[in-house]
Formats: sequence, C-alpha cells, structure tokens
Amino acid sequence: MLGFLQRPVVVTADINLNVVALTALGLLSRLWRLSYPRAVVFDEVYYGQYVSFYMKRLFFLDGSGPPLGHMLLALGGYLGGFDGNFLWNRIGAEYSSNVPVWSLRLLPALAGALSVPMAYQIVWELRFSHCAAMGAALLVLIENALITQARLMLLESVLIFFNLLAMLSYLKLCNSQKHRPFSLSWWFWLTLTGVACSCAVGIKYMGVFTYLLVLGVAAVHAWHLIGDRTLSNVCVLCHLLARAVALLVIPVIMYLLFFYVHLVLLCRSGPHDQIMSSAFQASLEGGLARITQGQPLEVAYGSQVTLRNVFGKPVPCWLHSHQNTYPMIYENGRGSSHQQQVTCYPFKDVNNWWIVKDPGRHQLVVNSPPRPVRHGDIVQLVHGMTTRLLNTHDVAAPLSPHSQEVSCYIDYNISMPAQNLWRLDIVNRESSTEVWKTILSEVRFVHVNTSAILKLSGAHLPDWGFRQLEVVGEKLSPGYHESMVWNVEEHRYGRSQEQKERELELHSPTQMDLSRNLSFMARFSELQWRMLTVRSDDSEHKYSSTPLDWVTLDTNIAYWLHPTTSAQIHLLGNIVIWASASLATVVYVLLLCWYLLRRRRSICDLPEDSWLRWVLAGALCAGGWAVNYLPFFLMEKTLFLYHYLPALTFQILLLPVVLQHISDHLCRSQLQRSLFSALVVAWYSCACHVFNTLRPLTYGDKSLSPGELRALRWKESWDILIRKHQ
Amino acid sequence: MLCATSRFLAATALRAQPRGRGPAPRCRRRELHFPGHPELPLCDFLTGQLGRPSVPAGRRAILRRGRMPPAVGGGLAGSELRVRRGRCGSQAARAVGPDVAVEAAARSHKRPAPGSRHFEAAGRWALLALVTLLSFATRFHRLDEPPHICWDETHFGKMGSYYINRTFFFDVHPPLGKMLIGLAGYLSGYDGTFSFQKPGDKYEHHNYMGMRGFCASLGSLLVPFAYLTVLELSKSLPAALLTAALLTFDTGCLTLSQYILLDPILMFFIMAAMLSMVKYNSCADRPFSAPWWFWLSLTGINLAGALGVKFVGLFIIVQVGWNTISDLWHLFGDLSLSLVTVGKHLTARILCLIVLPLALYTATYAVHFMVLNKSGPGDGFFSSAFQARLSGNNLHNASIPEHLAYGSVITVKNLRMAIGYLHSHRHLYPEGVGARQQQVTTYLHKDYNNLWIIKKHNTNSDPLDPSFPVEFVRHGDIIRLEHKETSRNLHSHYHEAPLTRKHYQVTGYGINGTGDSNDFWRIEVVNRKFGNRIKVLRSRIRFIHLVTGCVLGSSGKVLPKWGWEQLEVTCTPYLKETLNSIWNVEDHINPKLPNISLDVLQPSFPEILLESHMVMIRGNNGLKPKDNEFTSKPWHWPINYQGLRFSGINDTDFRVYLLGNPVVWWLNLLSIALYLLSGSIIAVAMQRGARLPPEVEGLSQVLLRGGGQLLLGWTLHYFPFFLMGRILYFHHYFPAMLFSSMLTGVLWDTLLRLCAWSLASSSLARGIHAVGIVSLLLGAAYSFYLFHPLAYGMVGPLAQDPRSPMAGLRWLESWDF
Repeated sequence: MLGFLQRPVVVTADINLNVVALTALGLLSRLWRLSYPRAVVFDEVYYGQYVSFYMKRLFFLDGSGPPLGHMLLALGGYLGGFDGNFLWNRIGAEYSSNVPVWSLRLLPALAGALSVPMAYQIVWELRFSHCAAMGAALLVLIENALITQARLMLLESVLIFFNLLAMLSYLKLCNSQKHRPFSLSWWFWLTLTGVACSCAVGIKYMGVFTYLLVLGVAAVHAWHLIGDRTLSNVCVLCHLLARAVALLVIPVIMYLLFFYVHLVLLCRSGPHDQIMSSAFQASLEGGLARITQGQPLEVAYGSQVTLRNVFGKPVPCWLHSHQNTYPMIYENGRGSSHQQQVTCYPFKDVNNWWIVKDPGRHQLVVNSPPRPVRHGDIVQLVHGMTTRLLNTHDVAAPLSPHSQEVSCYIDYNISMPAQNLWRLDIVNRESSTEVWKTILSEVRFVHVNTSAILKLSGAHLPDWGFRQLEVVGEKLSPGYHESMVWNVEEHRYGRSQEQKERELELHSPTQMDLSRNLSFMARFSELQWRMLTVRSDDSEHKYSSTPLDWVTLDTNIAYWLHPTTSAQIHLLGNIVIWASASLATVVYVLLLCWYLLRRRRSICDLPEDSWLRWVLAGALCAGGWAVNYLPFFLMEKTLFLYHYLPALTFQILLLPVVLQHISDHLCRSQLQRSLFSALVVAWYSCACHVFNTLRPLTYGDKSLSPGELRALRWKESWDILIRKHQ
Repeated sequence: MLCATSRFLAATALRAQPRGRGPAPRCRRRELHFPGHPELPLCDFLTGQLGRPSVPAGRRAILRRGRMPPAVGGGLAGSELRVRRGRCGSQAARAVGPDVAVEAAARSHKRPAPGSRHFEAAGRWALLALVTLLSFATRFHRLDEPPHICWDETHFGKMGSYYINRTFFFDVHPPLGKMLIGLAGYLSGYDGTFSFQKPGDKYEHHNYMGMRGFCASLGSLLVPFAYLTVLELSKSLPAALLTAALLTFDTGCLTLSQYILLDPILMFFIMAAMLSMVKYNSCADRPFSAPWWFWLSLTGINLAGALGVKFVGLFIIVQVGWNTISDLWHLFGDLSLSLVTVGKHLTARILCLIVLPLALYTATYAVHFMVLNKSGPGDGFFSSAFQARLSGNNLHNASIPEHLAYGSVITVKNLRMAIGYLHSHRHLYPEGVGARQQQVTTYLHKDYNNLWIIKKHNTNSDPLDPSFPVEFVRHGDIIRLEHKETSRNLHSHYHEAPLTRKHYQVTGYGINGTGDSNDFWRIEVVNRKFGNRIKVLRSRIRFIHLVTGCVLGSSGKVLPKWGWEQLEVTCTPYLKETLNSIWNVEDHINPKLPNISLDVLQPSFPEILLESHMVMIRGNNGLKPKDNEFTSKPWHWPINYQGLRFSGINDTDFRVYLLGNPVVWWLNLLSIALYLLSGSIIAVAMQRGARLPPEVEGLSQVLLRGGGQLLLGWTLHYFPFFLMGRILYFHHYFPAMLFSSMLTGVLWDTLLRLCAWSLASSSLARGIHAVGIVSLLLGAAYSFYLFHPLAYGMVGPLAQDPRSPMAGLRWLESWDF
C-alpha cells in the first residue's frame, strides 16, 4: 500500500531553453505596449460591438463566423471588467476609460506569441533539425503582418494558433503512435487534435480547411494502419474507432457546445431579432417575448392574429391590408380588380390584424370553449379594421403578372364573385389533424377555388401601394418555398361582437400568461442556417484585394492613423519572408515532382526515412498553405490581405524545411554546405533588417516624416498615408 | 536485362503457389457461369459469356512474344497479374492484366467450337441492333407532338434560325450545338422564318421535324453508347443490357431527347467521348495500332464537341484528363518501356487530346463568326471593334473622325463586356433614391439617348460654329458632357447611388447645358501622358469628377423597374483601375473633322475568340436567381424531387412533363449507396490482405475499376453544380444520370454474380442471376409503361384529380403533372 513511500519522489524536468527563449521573445514582440494605440483600430470596430453585446447579453447575428472567436474576445473583456458601454462607431475613435484595452487585446496577443514556440515544436516534430526548427520560429517571430494582426483585437492570430496546435498535436500523435499507442499521452494528443480542430472551425469557417487537411492526413495514415498486417483486426478496429471519436465526434460536440454557450450567454433580445423566426424571438428575454408572452397557444375560430411571412426577405413583414384600392389601370395599361389592397408591411401596425372566421358562421368571436382550427380546415380571413375578407381571383397581380392578385373583396362588380375560402395547410405538422398553433405552426393558405397559394413576391409596390411589399396568389407553385409560408405571431381570442368595440380591442396590446421554450437543437439549427444564409451587402472596400495580390504582397491595409502625428499602423508583411516563402513552395513542388518521377523509374535519390519526412512535411505545410489559400479564388465575398495570414504561416514553416533539405541533400561538398549556410545567414539578417525598417508601421509607435514615409513605399500599390499639411 | 530476367524468374516462382490452389474452385464456378444450356442462347447472354473474343487475342499476343509460359494465361487472379506487370518485357502484356482478371470471373476456359463463336458474334450484333432499334423507336414515337414550341425550344430554335438567317446573336453557351441545330434545320428544308417567340406558339406549316429529328437521333444514340461502354467496362452482357434498359425506359432521357434542345447534343458528345475513351483503354495492349489511334483521336474530337455545345463539357474533359494522366503514370512506371517510348505516348496524347480538340473548338468559332456576319440582337454585348465586323451595324465600313474635339457628338461605351453605353432619358430618379434628378444608366442597345456632346467646362458657346477653330480634347482636360436629347449635363454629387450605397449618384442636371460645378469631369486616358489627343475607339478613358474626385463607372447591377432594368451608373470613390470605370468612345460625329476608315481596327481572330469567351462567362455569371424565386437545388435532382414543365399547364392543354422514371432514378440512388458500401468493403478487405477467390477477385476488379470510372463520371457531372452561383435547372443533372445508370448496370450484375457465387452449391443459385437481371429489366419496362404519358404527352385532368389516369402515380407531392 505504502510502496510509493519507499522511493523518493523524483521530478525530472526537461527544459528546452530554446523554447523558453522563443516564448519570451514571442511575448515581448506581441505584448510590448499592447494598449497603444488607445483607439479603435480597423476591425476592432467590428469585433468590439459584439464584445459589447456579450457584455450586455444582447442577442446578435453575425454571418462572418461561428461564435467561439467573439466569445474569446468577450472573455478578455470580461476578465478586464468591461461593462460593454462604448460606442463602436468609427475607426480611430479614442477609447474611454472604462474600456480595458489591454485585456481585450491580450488573448489574441498571447495566441500570437505562443505561435512562435509552436512553430519550433512543429518543425522539430516533423523530424527536422533543431536549427531548422529555430529558423521557423525566428521567421514567425519577425513577420510584421503576424505581429500587427496579433497585437489587436482581431481573430486571425487565434485562428493561426489553433491551426498550429492541431497540426502539432497530430504530429505528436504520429510520433507516439510508433512506440506506445493507446498510452495516456497518445490519448491526450489525439483528443487535443480534435479539440484544436474544432476550435479553429469555431473561430472562423476558414478553419474548416485545416480541419479537412488534418482529417485527410489522418485518413491516409489510417489506411496504412489497415494495411498493416502485423496488427490484429481488433487492434485496427480500436485504432479506427479512437480516431473516429476524437476527430469526428469530439469536434461536432465541441462545435455544438460553442453555440450552446453562445445562446446561454445571449439571452436578451437585441438588434438582429427581426431576422429570426417568431419562435426564436419569443425565446429571448424582452422584445417579442414581452408581447407574445401569455398568448393562447391554439388558434381558434374567432382568433385575432397577425401573420408574419416566414421567408423574411427582402425584409421581415406581416400580412397587411388598408382601405386603399388597387388602381383601376396600372401604368403599363393593364387593369386591376380595383378592390382593396393586400400587402406585406414591415412594421407593426393595427392594420396587420386578421380574424380567423368559420365560413359557416357569422360571428367573429371565440366560442367557449374555443373551437381550434386544424390542418385541412377551410377558413376565411377577415381584415380586422375593415372587416373585408381576404380574396384572390384570376386577375394578374400588379407586379407579378403570372400570379393572381390578392385583395380584400369589395362587391363593386357583379361579374366578379367573392372567392374567399382558404384551406389551411400546416407545413410542419406531425399528424394530419394537428391544431394551428401560435408562433410554432408554419402554415400555407391554399385558395379553394384556384388552388393558388398566398405568397410574398418580394417586389415593392409603387407609390399607390405606399412602397409596401406585394402579396400574390401563386398558381404555378413548383413545390415548397418559404415565401409562401406564414406563421401567427401575435394572437388573442376575440371577444367583441361589435365592430367599434373590436377596433378598440385591436388597438389594445395582447396580454396573457404562458411561456414557451424552443429546444437547443431547434435554436441551434435555425441560428446556424441564418448565419450561413444571411447576405451581407457586397461592400466594396478601399483596401480589399484579390488572392493574386497576396502572394506578391502587392497590397496593404492601413489600420490606423494617429489623429495628429503621422504615426500609423499598417498590415504589411515582411516582404523578404513572403517572397522567400513563396519561392520555397515553388522549390518544394518542383523537387517533389522531380523525386516522384525519378522514383517512378526506380531511382531513389533519398533514403526511405528522409523521403517520408519530406513528404509528410510537404503534405502538412505546403498542403496547409494550399488549402488555406486556393479556396479564396472561388469565393465571391470581399477579401482582404489578412485572409492570407493562416496560409502564410504554413508557408513559413515550409521554408526552413526546404532550406535544410537543400543543405542536406543537394549540397554535395562541405564547401557548398558552408557557402549555403552563409547565404542563409545573410538572407536572415536581410529579413531582420526589413523587419526593423517596417517596425514603425507595425507598432505605430513612431511618427515618421513624409520623406521617411515615402521611402517606405517600396511598391507603387502600397497605400501609405502621408499628411498633406504638417 | 539480366537483372530483369532474374526478377522475372522470381516472379514466376512466386506465382506457382496460388496457381496450384486454383483449379478446384474454378471448376465449380465454371459450372455456375455456364449453366449448360447451349440450346438456349438467350440464357447465355444473360449469364454473360459473350464478352470473350478480346481476351484470347491478348493471350495470343503473350504466346507470340514467347516471354510468358503458356500455362500462365488462364484464370489468373488480378494480384498475380499486377506482380507481372512492368516486369515482363513485352508491351503487349502490359495492359492485358485487368482484362484477363475480369474474364476469369466472367467466363470459363471452355473454348466453344468455331461455329458457335460465329453464332455468338451474330448474337452480339443482333442484340446491339435490338437495343439501338428500341431506343430509336421510343425516341421517335410521337416526335411531332406537340406541334408547338416547348420550353427552351424558343431559345435554341430561334438561334438555329439565326444561323440560317446569318444574324449575329449572343448566347451564354458555345456555338456548336446551335450550329448543328441550324444545320439540321437548313438541310431539312426549314427556312428560318419562324419567329420562335414564346412557348406554346404553333409551328403551323414550318418544318420543325428536321431539327427535332436530329436531336432525337442523337438522343437515341445515347442508349447504344451506354450499352457499349458498360460492355467494355464489365465484359458482361447482362450489365450492358440492364443499363440500356434503364436508359431506354427512363422518361426523363426520353423527354429531353425529343425537343430542339442542346442537351441531347451535349449528352451525345459526352457519352461518345466516354465510349471512345473506354475503347481506347482496351486498345492499350496494342499501342500505336490503327484502332488505338482511331479511338484516341475520336476521344479528342468528342471532347471538342462536348465543350463546343456547353461548358458543362469541361467535366468530361477532366475525366478524360484524369484517365490519361493515370495511364501515363503507369506507362512511366513501366521500366520495360524506354523513355523515348513514354515520350511518344505523351506526344500522341498531347496531339490527340489537347491540340486536336483545341483546333476543332476554335474551328467551330471560326465557322460561327463566318456564318454570322449580319448585325443582329447580340451586337451591344460586344466591343466597338467587334461590331465593326458585322454588316448592317453602323460601325461596319464606317468612317469617322479619329480624334475627339469639342463639340463632337459621341457615344461612350463601357469597356467591361456586356455593360453597354452611357445613357440617360427623360425620367427622374424616384423619390427616396438620391436627388430627384434625371436618371443616368448604361444601356446595351443602340439608341438616340446614348448620344452626348463634349463641351468645354467654362463656356456654353457652340463649338461647331464655323468661326471657331477646331479644338481637340486632350488628356487631362476639364470637360462637360451634355446629353444631346435632353440638354442636361452629366452630374454627380454626394448622394449615395441607388444600389451601390458606397458610391455616389450620377444624374443628368441643368437646363440647356447650364448647370453647376458638379458637372465638371476631367477626362483621362489610361496610361498616357498629359496633353495627348483622345482617339476614337482605341483610347481607354476615365472620367474623374472634379469636385468629389470620384470616377465614373457602372456597377453592372440591374436597376429596378423604375430604371427600366438598365444598369446602374455610379461615381466610385475607389480609384482602382477596373474595367467597370474605363470607357471608350464609339460613335463620333463632328462635321468639321476629316473621317478615317475604321477597317484598321478590325480585331484579329484570337481577339474575337477571347472577347466572346469573356462575354459568355459574364453572361453565365449574370444568370443569378432572385430572392423570392423558386429555384431547383442540386440536391433535388437525384431524388427526382421535381420535374420541369415542358408544355401545358391546365387540364385542357397537351402537357409534357420532364421527370425521370422514379423507379429507375431511385434504383440509381440506391445503387450508388450500395456501390460505396460494397466498394469500401472490398477495398478494406484487399488492404487487409484478405485472400479472395479468383472469381471474387475478378468481380471486385470490375467493381473497383469499371465502377470507379463511372462513379467518377457521376461525381464530376454532379457535384460541381453545388458550387455554381448561377441559376440551375433540373435538366442539368441528366449527364450525371447517364453515368449513374451505367453504374447501376455494372453494380447489380456484379452483385448478383457474387450472390450466385456464394450460393453456388444450392440449385437456386443457377437461376438467381438470370432471374435478378430479368426482374430488373421487367421492372424498368413496367414503370415505363406506367409513366410514359409524362414523356409522350397527356391531355385531361391533372394528377391531383382522382379521375385522371395518372392519379395514383403522383408519388411525391412536389410533382405537378
């Protein structure tokens, strides 16, 4: 029992001073004067507002990426005691004293700093020399663009951190696979790979590329495992299962977890409520929930309802009618029914109220007990304020002539009988006798006479329709579309027999008690779907660029300019590193092709183990660059230079790998090797010099004279701000 | 050589062991595969013994070269053959391997008597003829109905007429398909006078059957092509028959083949390219022989055809390219081939698969431009220089003054393709859209409202007054552009543009040319020095607004109804040089200046080719679906979620509805899943080193190689659509559907064989394969009988109506026929 007492407790520490020194340097370069400038820099204006929403726990919707990144930034704010009270409206605005700038910027800066020792570890785990590993870390250290991006409240450095972490832990896993699979450290690295991948995806969708790369490499390795006949079938199965769990199941769970935390944190109604469905809005505190709380659940004959279109595009709106009629003759000479207009109106209004009426009865009040409306029932919809019935007929709609006009029927014209019966079709029903429910049921109204379906066409009516949205009866309905689906948002049981009383009743707010909650998965899937489909207006930006500009660093982004002096921060890379990294990639690809062709003819230039190292390094580093760069050519959104940074990091890792390979395998004599080393040293000092020259634009700590600024403009296309009057 | 021989010996020694194991189970299988009913040849077809002759040829080649011990030839397993590959010296033996392995499973050693071989060959031809005949019969049945325009016939028929009339037009697809339609119409006596205005218009006396017949015959050929491809890939008649039946009895393929559309032509070339590629692969044991060259160049020709009809042809090019690269990679790894030989192989492929198709593709454009030499509806999409080629266009043989001078009347065209001319008209921007001033747009068509007068910024005197000397406009001058019809000045100010919110609004302002300082623009020539004169057509110019510093450009976005759906013009504060903000002067009228001839500007053929491609790509990208529109999504297609109405809506109309035969389509879907499952099981088993019996080995080779080719084809013709932003239609899936039907044929045949093999001892197994195939064939035929009214047209109540004969067949609610 007490055997452990018989031996002394020994702790053997194995400290790699290289790593320590690199970490220290990384921290120094990223954390130095972190809270300067004390002003909103570039995209901080964008991420800052989300931090504020988290602090105030208001719901928002951001289509740019999953919530983990925003939450991490908010964590910084939380630790710094930020109360969320700052108006993020303008780049360059001075931070007020309640904004903890240092702690807001700390997490990205730490992530950026830790990337330096990680680069070392990765190259080392790829089984290249310490020298090459040091080289990789030192290159990451002095890359101006990475420093700029890490020192501000931006997400790229965190993304890069998790990308590298995923790669590193996968390499550790590979290396421990040979000796001791299923050991504790093996499990640790396996799990960490999955977790890091999911974090990368959780920060930006772009992380998916790295995740797929890791999955691909893992799949190839697993395929080799299957082919390894020294392992028993059970053992192979265990390996595959462990990988499947760690690399597929854990990431999915983590991803859901991010959203869970996100939704738990953001429990109050906020600025983007309107985009979400009524049910989602009702699940938030305040906002719609305040109105709909306590509404009766089941819609009955005599219910007073507002009907919201589920599609919500171009704007969320409610079925509406008003006293004005369609013009007798449209501008283009077509005629209308000249009956009362029915539109979709994007604001709350008393004219949005409709009463559900049983065609067989006259009264407009709810019986007691209420008679609920079910799927398949025939109803009439009475407009509350004008008591006219919703009607459609074979008249071309004002803006969509292939569809039917929808109107509130007025008996002007004997030749045009009322056709005001609608069959209720609950889209998301579970049984065929389901009751029509407030908020939860998505319904279609199918016209009984013509089987047209009530639909929002999305077109804005001209002046005569007060620029409201057109509603039509869609006759050629090729299937399900959200613009034909409506749901009841506000609802109450009508009580008043008389029109005057009823009008009064309609004007008064609804009130009753009943709470409804949406399950997490329903909220998650809706939120995720909206995030993927929300369309940001394609904004042109002064500093947007194309992927081709990135490789050659033909573009920069001005992040900040001091309000008085000419001190400024730019996203601008160390051009020596960019150029040589691109060159290294080209060299790698050419060499790889050359070796492949030679091996195919059975000429092996490299010993087997260094060949495998060479291929693995290429698969991860060059592959990492390719998957993080090439997809941008297919994207249609506005792109910026900083989108290239994850790819660049992988490219930088490849650089020392290629250099070492050239020195080991291509330099034939000792003399050549020494010459090559000297060249590398000269090249590195050149890179250091460039770093030092561009340093004022990276840290923005020094005011430069116009002459100096002009001297820094090495490329025509770089936009460096020079004040005219100084 | 010595080294090679010793390796060879080693390989032979290794081979001895499995061969020793071989014969016993093989005999058993032989019994299965030749059920012993020589008097019933049909049964023989169904159990698939007929794919034989090519293999003895291969084996004979080995024998002739004398490198291989004769005994090796028989039922070798694929793995053994892979060992042999690359080590034996003869080229001939190289590619025999998989084929022999395939045969091993599908046939026995028993050599039939010569007489019965003749009989078999005749049977094969008869079967092919039968398949072709049936296909033609189904496609040509009731081809003339309905005698009115159906769906996209309105476009492609019209374009065929344009060729006959030699009028220039613009379309987003390359010209070959429409040219062929035009040719078919021309040859069949159609005179190009029908206007093809809208679907539903009656053809009356116009001869449309030639064009429909042409499309239908190409569509009919798909079936024999698929039959032959599958036969080549699987060496199994039942698989080929099953594929042919699936395609013949698919209502979707049938409907799509019966009208004047590009799709039958496109699918014809895709399938022909696939067939010739497969044929050429099987010639690989006789490189540089006549059939080898024939199939290789035929592949190239068909690729050119596929790309020449629609850009979707790119996918089959990728497939052929992939096949070629892997083929070359194998050749390169074959150490018995010298580098010179590999070089010859490479050159042959470059010649036949790159140079030849490119030449043909270019040739189609040459013909296209040669035939269409009259001005027509497509002019405005193209640059000024291009239009100078077209007779009837005002730039054709025109002569205009070369340099711009003050007082010149000009039209200004955006350099970006398909944007058009700077335009204004007497309509104001509506309330709420910037300032309520006159609209300025770009317009693709020629119009009086495109005319502008260049004036000096500081004086309103008429420069055309003969008393003034001619003053040329120079780079960097400050000018004013006055709209000729309305006498308003081109104007911009700090109001946001109607659609692109970050840009400034451009309007027409002022009365009779008197405006304010917001009407002043600096005219600049791109990449020129100050003081240069500005040339008509050739100078690339920009207009920079003097007050705000922004640049005149067009965003290319379509304005809403109030702007007559012309394109938005803005003044962009971003000074980057993009084509959207660069213009050139097209028409130029100035009586005081001497005219020069425009013939010097005629663009060369490569320039025309490049330009028409740019315009097509832009046109394709411009086909974006609108928000509230129903669009077909790629995931709808394989499940046959929704069809396309070709003709007719109401119960009194003659209705044709493009919808796949659901039985066939759902079988295809199931087959893909089954294929992935069985394929991965086999692959894992092989990777684990499981020893498969030779028959199973052979069948799995068919499944992995042949099936893999087809699966790749399906993937390539289906998944890219998920990435496309343009508007998509159901019919885009049909090329992929052809591949998946072929996969179905291969898969079911192989699975049934495997099934039969595993049950071989029981008497049930004998018929299981035959029964399985026959029931699938009958199922396809019966479902076709049920659904044929979709394709051949129906009149009467809609399917919702219980009185309709189709009432029970509306299996999905989303089908509306």
